[in-house]
Amino acid sequence: MITHAQDEPALGTGSPAVNITVFAALILVTLFVTYRASSRSSTSDYFAAGGTFSGAQNGIALSGDFLSAASFLGIAGAIAIHGYDGFLYSIGFLVAWLVNLLLIAERLRNTGRFTMGDVLSFRMRQRPVRAAAAVSTLFITVVYMIAQMAGAGDLVALLLDVRSSSGQALVIAVVGVVMVLYVLIGGMKGTTWVQILKAGMLLLSVALITIFLFGKFGFNFNTLLQQASDNNPLGDRILAPGAQYGESALTKLDFVSLSLALVFGVAGLPHVLMRFYTVPNSREARRSVVWATWLMSAFYLCTLVIGFGASAMVGVEAIRAAPGGENSAAPLLAYEIGGTVLLGVISAVAFATILAVVAGLTLTASASFAHDFYANVIQRGNADPDSEVRVARITAMVIGGVAILGGILVNGQNIAFLVGLAFAIAASANLSTLLFTLFWKRFNTTGTLWGMYGGLGSCLVLMLFSPVMSGAEDSIVPAVDFSLFPLSNPGIVSIPFSFLCGIVGTFLHRERADPKDFAEMEVRSLTGIGSRGAGV
Amino acid sequence: MSNTTPPPLRSRHGQRSDKTQASFGGIDKSAARNFGSAGPDFAGIARSAEFAEIRSRSKRFIIPMTGLFLVLYVGYVLLAAYAPDFMAEPVFGHINVGLLLGISQFVSTLLITTLYVRFATRKIDPEVDEIRKTAAGGQQ
Repeated sequence: MITHAQDEPALGTGSPAVNITVFAALILVTLFVTYRASSRSSTSDYFAAGGTFSGAQNGIALSGDFLSAASFLGIAGAIAIHGYDGFLYSIGFLVAWLVNLLLIAERLRNTGRFTMGDVLSFRMRQRPVRAAAAVSTLFITVVYMIAQMAGAGDLVALLLDVRSSSGQALVIAVVGVVMVLYVLIGGMKGTTWVQILKAGMLLLSVALITIFLFGKFGFNFNTLLQQASDNNPLGDRILAPGAQYGESALTKLDFVSLSLALVFGVAGLPHVLMRFYTVPNSREARRSVVWATWLMSAFYLCTLVIGFGASAMVGVEAIRAAPGGENSAAPLLAYEIGGTVLLGVISAVAFATILAVVAGLTLTASASFAHDFYANVIQRGNADPDSEVRVARITAMVIGGVAILGGILVNGQNIAFLVGLAFAIAASANLSTLLFTLFWKRFNTTGTLWGMYGGLGSCLVLMLFSPVMSGAEDSIVPAVDFSLFPLSNPGIVSIPFSFLCGIVGTFLHRERADPKDFAEMEVRSLTGIGSRGAGV
Repeated sequence: MSNTTPPPLRSRHGQRSDKTQASFGGIDKSAARNFGSAGPDFAGIARSAEFAEIRSRSKRFIIPMTGLFLVLYVGYVLLAAYAPDFMAEPVFGHINVGLLLGISQFVSTLLITTLYVRFATRKIDPEVDEIRKTAAGGQQ
């Protein structure tokens, strides 16, 4: 494995021919898996894989869904450049799973069927609540997908050494089309198998790189940190928090805001929530969260080593200069230690990661639109399941198109940062209503709608007027400045605001939630009596 | 989904009643109401002493644990944001307080996960099985 890469400038990409071969082989294998595992056409199969996966399988798939390009490329890159501040993402992403484990996973599994909307509308008026659930799901998945598309663009650009922005745009478009294909062919079952396959490859390769790095530095983490700070213009500052977010009171507040979005966002991510329906009962749902938590702990500890390792071995300047910038730290490190072949393998794994995550997201968004909006709002519950699946497939194509366009627009931003925004939307729009509906008897339809639209709206408005959109050098629209809101992550404002909206909305309307419905929901969510698959 | 829906669930779990299917079809009505009188007696179960016990046990564990991990996490974030010098304090070599506290977030997360699983399998699952048995018996 250890060939010498030093004879070429570290900027490079190895040999595009080898890269492409490894790549193409991988895509064919995963497409084949998807095809073989593809679901029969029943709605339950297509959306929830018939609830047939075991807790362990689903746990691996969950970590596959969650360990996106943001976790691999984004965090490794952030740690390589900014040091400790990048590590904070890992911690937020991990601790967040406790919210799922303790409060959400089992109850959700017992109460719903395919989507988040099933649970939110359980004891509310169906049509408005389902419509709101579909709207928030679409926004979250599209923002999340845009981040993944941008990552795919960066990665392929690095591999093929594509530097022109039109070339990168083309790359993103091709990637997007392939991803939508997965969903159209595979449904939930195919997507889940791709997730499992990809999670295995990803965990294995980060573990191997980590062990290699440790070996390289004589199994001494200190030496690695020493060289990382020597090779970083920030020096020792990368070993402690503050290098990226410590500049002023405002950036510190921004960091706290991001941290809140990370920890509260996971439990509102529709594609993670939907995974809890692919297992037969709530105990398997619990088991899958436990599996996912352990796997992710291992993964994030490895990315810490990989990030600092990239700083130590590749150096900050080389990373910054490469096509794809910050996001290319991990692949460049792979090239440094294993030459062209390892670069090809790691890029292929990263690509499969993106592919699988986007497939999962596309599936979720299309399921929510088809099940919540088309079948239950437009057809008032009388849609036949064939047309539901057909609508889901059409939605998948439309969403794919939107994400491709968005990915081209944000190309070059750190993916972990972009995903942080998706987390902020998820935490603002979904978490408050999910918690209220599960735990607060008095909560009613008006409260649900206020909570969802209030959180979603405030979050989107604040993002629109944040430095991410305009005013700063790395904004999406750098030329004009309409950044009235100073924080780049709105979580610290929009999350409490959505809770507030939920409460105010509930008390404003005289409509009392039916206590009988709450009793049923409570019994179902805790015991699984009456839920799909329970007791059979 | 309507009643004409070929029920995907029934094909898998032969015994499922149509009630589950129908419970997701009704629009402008809460799904819950569609169970009608033939479904399990949810209100009755909710009032039972056994269920009250499960509910309070589960809350007694979940609420303090949620509080605990949030306090740990927010405390850590605030330290990282507002006490970077403390976090930069070296402990051995280049390994500093911040790094150790960060790793300890991993440890506490895994610990709480393990504790919860133990709690749920010992204190909740057997009780739930009990209630489910009673509910199933009552229906037949």
